[in-house]
Amino acid sequence: MTRWLQQMFAACVYGFLYLPLAIVALFSLNSSKYSLAWKGFTLDWYVKLWQNPGLMTAAFNSLIIAACAATLATLLGTVAAFILHQYRFPGRRILFGTLFVMMMSPDIVIAISLLLLFLALYLPLGFSTLLLAHTVLCVPFVATTVYSRFHGFPTDIVDAAKDLGAGEYQIFRHIVLPLAAPAVIGGWLLSFTLSLDDVIISFFTTGPDYEVLPLRIYSMVRLGIKPDVNALCVVMMAITVTALILSRKLLKEKK
Amino acid sequence: MLISCDLHSKAELFRGIFGLNKTVVELKQVCKDFGEHRALIDISFSVADGEFLSLLGPSGCGKTTLLRLIGGFEHCTSGSLLIDGQTVDQVPPERRAVNTVFQNYALFPHMTVFDNVAFGLQMAKKPAAEVATSVAQALELVQLNGMERRRPAELSGGQQQRVAIARAIVNKPRVLLLDEPMSALDHRLRKLMQKELKQLQRTLGITFILVTHDQDEAFSLSDRVVVMQEGHIEQIGTPMEIYEEPLNLYVARFVGDINVLSGIVRKQTGPSTYQALVEGATVRLRSNRPLSLAQPIHILLRPEDFRLELEQDMAESQDLSAKFQQARLKGTVRRVFYHGATYDVEVNLESGTRVQVTEFFDDDSENLYFKPGDAVALGWHEGWEVVLPHE
Repeated sequence: MTRWLQQMFAACVYGFLYLPLAIVALFSLNSSKYSLAWKGFTLDWYVKLWQNPGLMTAAFNSLIIAACAATLATLLGTVAAFILHQYRFPGRRILFGTLFVMMMSPDIVIAISLLLLFLALYLPLGFSTLLLAHTVLCVPFVATTVYSRFHGFPTDIVDAAKDLGAGEYQIFRHIVLPLAAPAVIGGWLLSFTLSLDDVIISFFTTGPDYEVLPLRIYSMVRLGIKPDVNALCVVMMAITVTALILSRKLLKEKK
Repeated sequence: MLISCDLHSKAELFRGIFGLNKTVVELKQVCKDFGEHRALIDISFSVADGEFLSLLGPSGCGKTTLLRLIGGFEHCTSGSLLIDGQTVDQVPPERRAVNTVFQNYALFPHMTVFDNVAFGLQMAKKPAAEVATSVAQALELVQLNGMERRRPAELSGGQQQRVAIARAIVNKPRVLLLDEPMSALDHRLRKLMQKELKQLQRTLGITFILVTHDQDEAFSLSDRVVVMQEGHIEQIGTPMEIYEEPLNLYVARFVGDINVLSGIVRKQTGPSTYQALVEGATVRLRSNRPLSLAQPIHILLRPEDFRLELEQDMAESQDLSAKFQQARLKGTVRRVFYHGATYDVEVNLESGTRVQVTEFFDDDSENLYFKPGDAVALGWHEGWEVVLPHE
């Protein structure tokens, strides 16, 4: 009896969480153009998506910005994590704490502050400002992920490498980097998804000549939800989930 | 100047001819502070080529710090450290002819056994063919051939330990440092690894410096033992010297069971013999250390140094009581512990002091010779006692 109740409860929670996603997926296959009534199965909307040049440009822009921001954030975040782990210097704890402050800050606050900064510096809003903004968003996530990986290293392992004749560069190249690789790649994938589906920060920090996918969807929805938007949502969901699963797998691979 | 140079080279030649080992590691008045804490205080000793030396002491006595100092992971606060006659204070670990086997092995988890062992040679940019041969030899020495492709996680604790040893010795270091290498192994495996380690050291002829808190391990493996406490050296000597002639109560207590009797010197009867009152009985003592009249003293005796007889038997036999001429203390048996080949007898002396005596089990008799409540005479083999001033 209690077991049955438990299962019911779990079903409700998962239903609450995933029903909206399931409905989007379902309606992306509905042949009705305007109503929510089911008119039959179709894959037309996915084909339409492919044929919409405006949408495809925005999608391409989004992928570019996500890949660039993730790469930049991974480089900065990994080096930051290595420095925070390997060296002891004044202000280290404060620096470490600020990573969490950045992760916790509401996106709207980050977005407005970045916008103010860009305006103050007379930077034209567009690709470069968006890239900077997304990198800022992602760095703390990469740094904390890689840091916790360094923290789980077997102790003495760096000393052992030194003992066997390895210099600073060789230790980083042969010991630190291979051991941290899953966390570095995981951090990259996490950043990629964060950047790909960000609306708020993108809204404030990009210009009219560089439109990204989430903003495009936002403007499309203002005219009513059309089934091609549903299809687009499913595609984005697929990309995000794949990246997330990959990053989880890589992080879990070695304890 | 010329003469001293000449003398020096002659001494070298002399050592060479007669196979006398020269010094590999030398520490001169080494001190090490961690902030306010003095981890090492005035450490001086030298280690000869091919010697097996143990640093023995309880945790926190500075033995690991000392090892890390020789390995190059710490620097002396004062004093100097020489390897092969060269001061190495400023030489980083990667450029010292010294390798370490770490306590938890510190193997590289992402590399195979082969890559782990080859790491040092590859860092030294040795040609691949030479690396392959050397690694194969090292793995054979530790009996791990055939395991090249495994990863550390796929090996047992004992095998990981062997990889750690192979990874260090493959570089042919002048000195191999071992930081409690056996502490993670179970008892049986530890005994086996101890034997193999000793064998390996004989085969290689490399100087080994072992850190341990296990007295048995230190004694059975080492040529010499350094007993440490709270950052300084209490005694350096062969296992036998340390066991039989401890310099102080701390060393005596740390290396095995010991009984401490209290006494007072009565008179000097010869160049190194004295009469003293010990636990209420007048006894004859031997001491190489000069003692003064009325000086309070400790008499140290290992459980196996005692003679123990029933008072009843003593009364019947003249021969027996003759053996107790130099010392005869009275007591009562309190408890008996059977250990197989030996048994321990706990005796309450008349003075109230409790001592432990180890007797060999007599195969001819079915029962233990002593029973609780027996009145006994306690003496010891003449000259086996260690006399120390009262601390």
